Amino acid sequence: MQIQISPGGSQTIYRQIVDQIRRAVAADKVAIGDSVPSVRQLAKDLVVNPNTVAKAYAELVRDGVLESQLGRGYFVARRKNIYTKAERLRRLDDVLDSVVSEALALDFASEEVVQRLVERMEALSPRER
Amino acid sequence: MHSDLAISTQGLTKYFGSKAVVRHLDLNVPRGSVTGLLGLNGAGKTTTLRMLMGMLEPTRGASQILGTDSQHLRPEDRARIGYTVEGHFLYGWMSVRQCECFQRDTFPRWNSSMFAETVRRFGIDPSDKTRVLSRGQRAGVSLALTLATEPELLILDDPALGLDPVSRRALNETLLDFCDGGTRTILLSTHLLDDVERVADRIALMFAGRLLVDTTLDDFRNRIAAWVIDLPPATRAIESIPGLINSRPRSGRTIVTVADPDQETEAAIARISRSTPESVPVSFEDAVIAYLSRSRDGQSFLVARGA
Repeated sequence: MQIQISPGGSQTIYRQIVDQIRRAVAADKVAIGDSVPSVRQLAKDLVVNPNTVAKAYAELVRDGVLESQLGRGYFVARRKNIYTKAERLRRLDDVLDSVVSEALALDFASEEVVQRLVERMEALSPRER
Repeated sequence: MHSDLAISTQGLTKYFGSKAVVRHLDLNVPRGSVTGLLGLNGAGKTTTLRMLMGMLEPTRGASQILGTDSQHLRPEDRARIGYTVEGHFLYGWMSVRQCECFQRDTFPRWNSSMFAETVRRFGIDPSDKTRVLSRGQRAGVSLALTLATEPELLILDDPALGLDPVSRRALNETLLDFCDGGTRTILLSTHLLDDVERVADRIALMFAGRLLVDTTLDDFRNRIAAWVIDLPPATRAIESIPGLINSRPRSGRTIVTVADPDQETEAAIARISRSTPESVPVSFEDAVIAYLSRSRDGQSFLVARGA
């Protein structure tokens, strides 16, 4: 898992770190129980204030993506659905909106979009859904 | 005086003749923070830092630094503060190593490995005369000379002025390394917003001698929002928006930036606009520039909540 941040964007550095770790976990780029860099190490690697990394990790722990083990650091947590169904739908719809508008602008039929979506999801999740 | 503040000012004011350069500054810098002091050239940043260091007497008001009144700093108080002035002055005929010996003799503490590590980061050969160094390397030597005294508080006046990208990276790394552990404090004035976004956790923003913002970086970003609207021609209605920081044209429309928007703000914006207001994301740079390019003295001051 390689995290890269860029200042100057509309997203805060803290949000960029949260999103990238979330995505890496969701895409199985890191396995359950894998350790992630310490707050100090990641802050050093990214050249950012350690408080920024600490805040990102705190949110990931709160959301059940990471767990902290006292004195041992942070690890990828066993996946659990900590959001309600309504919240999960809201988050999904958020990203689908931009996919749909892009697909319409590029003149794709819905079958093509669905087909590619299915392929991508299957490529990322080897387990039975 | 709170012991959790490295720097505190109360109504700090400086006139040069009849010109107010710093106006009624109430600045708080908590211990352990990295605070970016932002503002246009001439906003009063250097004057403020000089008053903090007791090198300039305020016209009114007071400031304390590490618990001591700025005007009564003893040498042993100053030894706990690292201060670098704009421009990184060094004696050109001295080698970097000679600079180190020269500085070491006048300070009670000297961390030679900190000096060596900082100099190495900036790619400097210690046997070089300082006059052959690049601007970035001179900044590195000046920083190394300050950090090796192991100050509790570091005050840097525009340390990144004119630095190349590699030196800027070395500067950022050095600053983060210095405050590793969370007990040391940094106050630095700068114009490099991307670097502030990386290394700072607080910002203080000055405009025409006044402190308009003094809060955490997160709080600053969370409390500023912007909308694109369509204004009727020749209207002054925009000034009625509560918390307005700035409005400026964007492709025939108007972008309004506000602090602490609430329902009242949104209602006011919707009332003025001839179309449905469109909420737009605000980057850190957008937010800072909105403050720095204000055309009038407004009210939207932003200070830490509950602090």
